Amino acid sequence: MSLWERLLSARKKNSALVAKERLQIIISHERAQQRRKDLDYLPKLQQEILNVISKYIKIDKDQVSVQLERIGDNAVLELNVTIPEAETETV
Amino acid sequence: MSISGELRTRPSKILIFLYNTFICNYSLSACGQQGGKEVRKLATIIVITSGKGGVGKTTSSAAFSTGLALRGHKTVVIDFDVGLRNLDLIMGCERRVVYDFVNVIHKEATLNQALIKDKRVPNLYILPASQTRDKEALTREGVGEVLEELAKEFDFIVCDSPAGIETGAVMAMYYADHAIVVTNPEVSSVRDSDRILGILASKTQRAESGLEPVKEHLLLTRYSPERVSTGDMLSIQDVKEILAIPLLGIIPESQAVLRASNTGLPVILDETSDAGQAYADAVARFLGDDIPFRFVSGEKKGLLRRLFGKNNTEVISA
Repeated sequence: MSLWERLLSARKKNSALVAKERLQIIISHERAQQRRKDLDYLPKLQQEILNVISKYIKIDKDQVSVQLERIGDNAVLELNVTIPEAETETV
Repeated sequence: MSISGELRTRPSKILIFLYNTFICNYSLSACGQQGGKEVRKLATIIVITSGKGGVGKTTSSAAFSTGLALRGHKTVVIDFDVGLRNLDLIMGCERRVVYDFVNVIHKEATLNQALIKDKRVPNLYILPASQTRDKEALTREGVGEVLEELAKEFDFIVCDSPAGIETGAVMAMYYADHAIVVTNPEVSSVRDSDRILGILASKTQRAESGLEPVKEHLLLTRYSPERVSTGDMLSIQDVKEILAIPLLGIIPESQAVLRASNTGLPVILDETSDAGQAYADAVARFLGDDIPFRFVSGEKKGLLRRLFGKNNTEVISA
């Protein structure tokens, strides 16, 4: 085997590079999965907030929305409650 | 639902909360589950962890705790691998074990009865694991009480974690201030380390109570510069890039490690060995010294350089 061939085959067999690429893919996938799992509480949170508001105001399920967004290192929890106007006037 | 179409609706309240990611996740999801003992922080608690087995946690725990004691800090190293204890063998005190960690938790023995004083290094104590129980014997409250008592006496508490992500591993990391993540430059080890980093960020006391997160350090072990240079091993930069935590030390693949475990001598006490020196460097870095990384170059040394040459140093940023 000539030196040149050896160099070529060595380049082809850079298994560390393959390892790195595989790891980057699987780890970013698993991190994303974990993040989704961490957000499992959102529907329950929405239901509980709805229950509390319903004690005082007649409100429909789709008038409360809870969303979590990630901006850099911070997570923004956005709670949007639409209160019927008739109700706000009586309060 | 009684709200019908004739009611005009408009969005009247928009509330936006800004939280730090961690505080948000845990103050909402985990507040019911808190119940850990409040450990009074006098000692610094370090967990040596990895997820994967066989990467060098116990070797590193033995070397690191011995290194801290050699630098004059009163140190205790605790084996959390209940049922599969081995720290006693690596530390060379297996025949002096009478009582263990679980005995202390169950108040069947006092801490002073269970602590084994190292015969070679002053300021160094070992708390062995139980060989006959299982990991469920470790409770959050029990571990917390023991750590709290140790924290009054010691500067450093080193927790040698078992492999896995179950009770034993979670208990070992729960009260930690620092985590040393032991990783081999190999795919399964790196992946498991990433998993452990996720658990450190969620299942520790610091995470649950919204304190400053556990400080993470990467300890790359069994590193073989020659194999990196032929493209058959992940490099330091590769692993750092993937895990994205600061590098504390690089321990080269070394014959000295097996020799040390054969004789029950923490490898850091083999001062002429490459691995021993690399551990001493890592301890010094942990204590704040600024020293370059050694044993990272793949250059083959000739006999003369081996005898008279200096150790290779290469500039690698932590």
